[in-house]
Amino acid sequence: MEALLAIAVGVLTACGVFLILRARTFPVLLGLTLLSYAVNLFLFASGRLRLDAPPLIRAGATYTDPLPQALVLTAIVIGFGMTAYLAMLALRGLAESGADHVDARKEP
Amino acid sequence: MNAHAPILPLLIPFAAALLQMACSRLACQRLIGLSAATLLVLITAWLTVLADDGQLRVYALGNWPAPFGIVLVVDRLAAAMTLLTAILGFTSLLYASTGFDERGLHFHPLFQLQLFGLTGAFLTGDLFNLFVFFEVMLLASYTLLAHGGGLARTRAGISYVVLNLVGSALFLIALGLLYGTLGTLNLADLAHRLTLPGHDPALARLACALLIAVFALKAGLLPLSFWLPHTYTAAGAPVAALFAIMTKVGIVSILRLQTIALAPAMPDLIGHWLTTLALATVVFAALGVVAAVRLRALAAWLTLLSAGTLLVTPAQANAQVDAAAIYYLVQSTLAGAAFFLLAGVIAGQRGPAADQLMAGPPPQATWLKVAFLVLATTLAGLPPFSGFVGKLMLLTTLREVSAGPAIWAVLLTAGFVVMIALARDGCYLVWKHRATTREEPAEEIAWQIATATLLLVAAGPLLAVVARPLSDYAERAAHQLHAPGTYVNAVLGPGRTNDRREATP
Repeated sequence: MEALLAIAVGVLTACGVFLILRARTFPVLLGLTLLSYAVNLFLFASGRLRLDAPPLIRAGATYTDPLPQALVLTAIVIGFGMTAYLAMLALRGLAESGADHVDARKEP
Repeated sequence: MNAHAPILPLLIPFAAALLQMACSRLACQRLIGLSAATLLVLITAWLTVLADDGQLRVYALGNWPAPFGIVLVVDRLAAAMTLLTAILGFTSLLYASTGFDERGLHFHPLFQLQLFGLTGAFLTGDLFNLFVFFEVMLLASYTLLAHGGGLARTRAGISYVVLNLVGSALFLIALGLLYGTLGTLNLADLAHRLTLPGHDPALARLACALLIAVFALKAGLLPLSFWLPHTYTAAGAPVAALFAIMTKVGIVSILRLQTIALAPAMPDLIGHWLTTLALATVVFAALGVVAAVRLRALAAWLTLLSAGTLLVTPAQANAQVDAAAIYYLVQSTLAGAAFFLLAGVIAGQRGPAADQLMAGPPPQATWLKVAFLVLATTLAGLPPFSGFVGKLMLLTTLREVSAGPAIWAVLLTAGFVVMIALARDGCYLVWKHRATTREEPAEEIAWQIATATLLLVAAGPLLAVVARPLSDYAERAAHQLHAPGTYVNAVLGPGRTNDRREATP
């Protein structure tokens, strides 16, 4: 499972970085979303992967670390809000300049 | 009351923002905003005086003890930075309350939330909490940057938001690595565990390097600073004035991380490259100052220049240098913010020429010309104002460090270049007239705008007059910062007992 998660994080990051380096706002937005997925998975794994264990500390029972899950929740909420704001800003750039270039200028 | 002092700089702007969202009339929002900003200045000033007893005030939120709960830590540096934030907040808001706030929706709540994020970032003692306050600050700044509309702001906004989102992703990766390696995100606990064996030092090092990289992005260190000039140029005058402290958040974070966590455990992490890059930033910014064609762009490049100068200091790991850096930080932030406001006032006076550095109608009011002279002298680091005092202190303390000669050469040359550029630009603004086809009456300057600008401009001479007590305070703050053991003990409790403690130890 560790290998699977590592591959998932790696592929998501690679795709995210590739898309962020594009010059149009929509791919950049998608890239940021993919990157935030990768980051969330990575954060989740920082508490170690454990199967069938509740995030509750009880005597004598196995449990998984609840803190990374809380961190991931916070990161998801913040990332979601930021992405929504960027989408609105990109749309405004499109409306004002007539092009979806990240520098809000028309293609030469 | 004293026990709850650390939380007040957070609660005031947050409560004000909530109230302003509930009451949407502009006059009402202005009243709430200005009273909250005044209150914030008073409270943070009190906190700064309170912090001067040398005691670290640790405020455990929800009364959960330190490694588990989130703590706010008030030391001299944090208190002084909140005071600086509050002063900038008050003056910018006063400036904005005469019409700038009408150009878009929700200016006032966002402004208060920005103050909330800034004070929180200075006060928190927990790295994840720092991330959250960074995001609060950034989200408000994204919207404030776009306030007023226009293509230039949207254009600057897109790259600013994308860059900071990537920065946030890196921040989270660093936090995940730290938590996975050390099992904690509390700064004091982190510093403590870094010195213990039993963790993977390579991973911890990587995580700390990533954190520094993120802070460097906020501070505007050279390869990560290309966003800064055009973003600050595009922002409206009062917003840009408040942004003048945002680069300082990155610098203070680097300073804190370096002195508390890195200096005892991995002192060589930033030593080799940070000074070089900081000097490169200074050179880059000095060239930008020469090349600037607008007054506001000039102010943005000068902000970058002061950030570069300050970034020279963390790698020296020297309390004397940091004491000078704290004084320099305070005076350069105030002067930079004053320049943004003054550029806004002058732009309003010159008709179509606005703030472009070309011949045009000169500003009518004499006080504007005098203010420009005072400010330019301060920013160029010429006597007798605070810029000179700050630079003198910085250079004197940097004489002993190994990179001293290089730092001296770069800083002095950059100062000379800045002086020439400012003299040239002053000539354009004050002396180089061009007869306009029709004499249009200059825009009346509202008293709020004049007061806000003059308050910040007056900081230059004023900080030079009170340089002695201020630099003494800065020295005490630096010594407090350079005692990481005290910090760790104050946050975690003596002997690392994890029992329940009072809010103030």
